[in-house]
Amino acid sequence: MAAKKFRCKVCGYVHVGDKAPEKCPLCGAPSSEFEEITSDENGGEKKKKGIDTNSNIYTILYATVIVVIVAFLLVFVSETLKERQTANVINDTKQQILSALNLRDLSDVAGTYSEVIIADALMQADGKLAEYEGEFNTGYKSEYDSGNLHVFVAEIDGERKFIIPMNGFGLWGTVWGYIALDDDRSTVYGIYFSHSSETPGLGDEIAELKFQSRFLGKSVINADEQVGLKVVKFGKAAQSSQFEVDGVSGATITSTGVDEMINRVLSKYIPFLTKQCCKEGGCEGCEECDGSGNCEKHNNVESND
Amino acid sequence: MANKNIKALKEPIWVNNSILVQILGICSALAVTSQLKPAIVMGLSVTIIVAISNVIISLLRDTIPNRIRIIIQLVVVAALVTIVSEILKAFAYDVSVQLSVYVGLIITNCILMGRLEAFAMQNGPWPSFLDGIGNGIGYAAILVVVAFVRELFGSGTLFGYQIVPLNWYEHGYLNNGLMIMPPMALILVGCIIWVHRAKNKDLQEN
Repeated sequence: MAAKKFRCKVCGYVHVGDKAPEKCPLCGAPSSEFEEITSDENGGEKKKKGIDTNSNIYTILYATVIVVIVAFLLVFVSETLKERQTANVINDTKQQILSALNLRDLSDVAGTYSEVIIADALMQADGKLAEYEGEFNTGYKSEYDSGNLHVFVAEIDGERKFIIPMNGFGLWGTVWGYIALDDDRSTVYGIYFSHSSETPGLGDEIAELKFQSRFLGKSVINADEQVGLKVVKFGKAAQSSQFEVDGVSGATITSTGVDEMINRVLSKYIPFLTKQCCKEGGCEGCEECDGSGNCEKHNNVESND
Repeated sequence: MANKNIKALKEPIWVNNSILVQILGICSALAVTSQLKPAIVMGLSVTIIVAISNVIISLLRDTIPNRIRIIIQLVVVAALVTIVSEILKAFAYDVSVQLSVYVGLIITNCILMGRLEAFAMQNGPWPSFLDGIGNGIGYAAILVVVAFVRELFGSGTLFGYQIVPLNWYEHGYLNNGLMIMPPMALILVGCIIWVHRAKNKDLQEN
């Protein structure tokens, strides 16, 4: 074919003729934007490396190779870093537990943890605590779901505190937290919340100290021996109330999720929180139980041996 | 050539800004701009990821089969983001916890796919790298401006520090709750586009 072909670099219009047109009829680009198409018809479109990158076989092979390379790369990265990552997650979980005790931003998390936390225990049906013998857990949702109700026993300045892990759902994803109670098993000593994907600027404020400090000094157990602690709409909490806490303004669903989480999880712990084993006529063969619920013996964690 | 490289770096920052001109990456611009800190983190991450994935795609560009090029681009971006987040999880856990929300947003950011498809598939690694940096900075700049306005008027803070004096509140000053909501980000981006069009007359449509 004698005529040359020119392609407009702006819109892709192909002009056939001896030279490029002055103006592209499609997009109006000047002739300087045209380039000559040099491939001749007899030879077809020859690729630089002589491989037809549009053939089916090439496409399938290429996809396979890329997927295998990427898969190996990901496995390699994940396997080599696994140990460090697990250590980080354990460390982070311990930091979260300690945050509930108002020990935040620690430099030596593991050291402080072993110093402060004296037992990782499970609540029994009668409300007594028994030592937990498994490895340290990092996911307390699955533990809660399978009926393992963890209670961490801590000692700060000679005073005993109990920490209960909680989990629930916010607006976009999971929310979780740890609540630390005083020796009376009702007064909130400290609390910590975190979340996976709540709205920045709104729901994610549950992770901030400003929100968490509203819980301090509130009570969990009401006169009916039920969970009375409540998160209410922002600005609606009565000043004098022992149980009501203001939610986050503009984040109603996240606040409701936190409220639901506290209520549902702590309700399971009622036997422990109300010291039931000491109240219902005392435990079998236990002379110290006087029905008052103030039985020193059962403040301790029973060892399994 | 050098001129072309400078153009690749400079143009996307203002004249051909991805958000303002191509209206790409709007979704993440709404999601992370209610506060300054996440906006900056997101801007930085996108800059780095666009630059690196631009280089990788640019190196592969002659070998990629035309029909599956988008999938290949997606695989490269997803793998890159996953690897970076895994490495952060091992060596900088705090940062990774903060970034975990953004990983999904980075992968699905239209600017990434847009630059890979429009620039890296046609250009060499070095211009592609500069193009990525330029687009990232252009994106980050808009995010920071929007986040600045939203955090200041929505929460009265900047980087979480109280800016509006607390005693103003006692005299009846109120934070503008609408600022925190996503629609306000859209309105602010619209205002920036307005200014941008006023300065760049050739982009105005009749």
